[in-house]
Amino acid sequence: MIRRLRKKAVVIGGGPAGLAAAIAIREKGVEDILILEREPRLGGILNQCIHDGFGLTRFGEALSGPEYAARFIDRVEELGIEYLTDCMVIGLSPEKLVTASTREGLLEIEAGAVILTMGCRERPRGAMSIPGDRPSGVFTAGVAQAYINKQNLMIGKRAVILGSGDIGMIMARRLTLEGAKVEAVFEILPYPSGLPRNIEQCLNDFGIPLYLSHTVTRINGRKRLESVTVSEVDEKMRPIPGTEKIWPCDTLILSVGLIPENELSLQAGVVLDPLTRGPVTDENCQTSVPGVFACGNVLQVHDLVDFVSLEAESLAGPVAEYLEKGLEPCGITLEPGDGVRYTVPKKISGTKDVTVSFRPSRPLKNVCFEALQDGQTVASIKMKKAVPAVMVHMEIEAGRLTGGSPVKVVAKIEE
Amino acid sequence: MKSEYICIVCPNGCELSVEYEGETMISCSGNRCQRGYRYAESMITDPMRSVTSSVLVEGGVMPLVSVRTSAPVSKKRMFDVVRAIKELKVQAPVARGQVLVSDVLGLGADIIATRTVEAKRSERRRLILRGK
Repeated sequence: MIRRLRKKAVVIGGGPAGLAAAIAIREKGVEDILILEREPRLGGILNQCIHDGFGLTRFGEALSGPEYAARFIDRVEELGIEYLTDCMVIGLSPEKLVTASTREGLLEIEAGAVILTMGCRERPRGAMSIPGDRPSGVFTAGVAQAYINKQNLMIGKRAVILGSGDIGMIMARRLTLEGAKVEAVFEILPYPSGLPRNIEQCLNDFGIPLYLSHTVTRINGRKRLESVTVSEVDEKMRPIPGTEKIWPCDTLILSVGLIPENELSLQAGVVLDPLTRGPVTDENCQTSVPGVFACGNVLQVHDLVDFVSLEAESLAGPVAEYLEKGLEPCGITLEPGDGVRYTVPKKISGTKDVTVSFRPSRPLKNVCFEALQDGQTVASIKMKKAVPAVMVHMEIEAGRLTGGSPVKVVAKIEE
Repeated sequence: MKSEYICIVCPNGCELSVEYEGETMISCSGNRCQRGYRYAESMITDPMRSVTSSVLVEGGVMPLVSVRTSAPVSKKRMFDVVRAIKELKVQAPVARGQVLVSDVLGLGADIIATRTVEAKRSERRRLILRGK
C-alpha cells in the first residue's frame, strides 16, 4: 500500500541547508512543511564534523558541527515542523510528486513546492583512474571521518592524503591526534584547494608537509595498501617521468573534490550547470522546473556552512511568494567571464537586489571583480587576494541595471 | 625577529607579518581585526588551540559522543588533552554542553559534550533479547 500525502513544501534532505530552509519558510507563514531525511537523525554531514569553527559568521562563536546543527534542529522542534527520518526519496517528477521509501513502506507526496537540499558527495577513487592494485586502505576523507567520528573505527596507522580539500586536511589533524602518522598531503594543482586557516591549524601545527603540483600515480599493495607512488606534475597536470617516489603507507585518504548530488533533480527534468554540477537557478533559487528550488551544496559546493544557511534562508521569501501567487520571470542572464569559474544564480530579474556567488578560476592578487552589462560596470568588489578555495559574494543593485542584456562577471587585475 | 602566520580565528585566514623580540610583539600587520592582533600575540608567547575529539559512551544510541575544550588550551598540551579524553568513558544519556571533565589537566578549560546522546531505549533491548 502506498500512503499519499499533500504538503505545501517538501524539503528533501535534513542537513544544514534543509533545516535552515524549512525554518525560514515556516517563519514566512507557510504552515504545511515536511522535511525528508535518509539518515536516522537530522543534521546531515554536520553530525560527523566534530571539529570546531562553524558559526563564526552567523553566531560569532566557534561551534562544532553537531552544535551548529543543534541550533537549527532545536528551532525545527520548537516550530513543530514535521520531519521524517530513515526516509529515502527515490523519485521526483516535474509535477512535484515526491516518492519516498520509509520504514512503513512507500510514501507519495504531492508538493506545492519542492526544496532540493541533498548536499553533495565525494569524488571517489573510481573517478580518478589512479593505476595500480586494489587493496583495502583507500578511503575518501568523508568516509574516513564517518568511521572515526561516528563509528569508533580507526582506519590505519600510516597515512598519505591526496588532495588538499578541507576535509582531507581536517582528517590529517584528526588522524595525527588519534595516534596515526600522517606522512604528507599531495595536491595536483599548484595552489591548495582548502582554506588557508586549515593549512595552518591542521598541517603546519603538526609539521605535516604539503606538496603542491604532486599526485599519486600508482597504488601498491596486495591485500592492504603498502605504499603509493607519487610523481610531480607539469603545468598541464601531467606526471613528469623520472620524478616518481615511493611513500610507504597503509592508508590513502582522498580529498579530491565534492560533487552536488543531483540524481533526483535530473529525474524532475531540472537543468544542471556543467560548471557547478548544480541546478541552473534564478535569483529566487528556483530551478528550471517551476516550484522546484535548490540551495546549499546541492546547488554549489560551499566552503562554509554559515553561507549554506544564508543561501537556504534566502529562498524562503520566494517560496512563499511562489505558493501564493507565482514568481516573476527572470530574463537577464548572468555569466562568468575571464578569471571567474562560475556564477550562482544564472538568471536575474533586474527588479531586485541580488547577491551573486562565484569563485575565481585561479589565485589572484589585487583583483577587482566587476559585473558588466553592455560594457558598463554595474557592480564591483576589490580584493587584495582571492583564491578558488574561498567563495566570493557580490551585491548587484537592481537600480544599476538597464534593460535585459546579459551581465558578465569578470576579474580585472589592478596594477 | 620576524614571523609569518595565517590567522586561524575566522575563515578570512589573514596573512600576518609579525615582528617581535623574545615574547614582546613590536608590530603586527595583515590582520583585518583585533582578534587577529591578539592571535599574533599568542603565537609568539603561547599558541592556543581548541581541541575536539570524541569519548566512548556506554548504553547510548551511538558509540561516541563528540567533545571539545570549552576554551583554547596551550598548543603544547594538545596531545596530553587528547590522551586525557581517550581515557574517558561515560554512561548515556549525555546532554549537549554537559561538562565531562572540569579544568582538564589544570589548563583552565573543561571538556564538554557537543551533542546529546540518548540512552538506548529499553524496549528495543527487550526486542533484541526476544529475538535471540
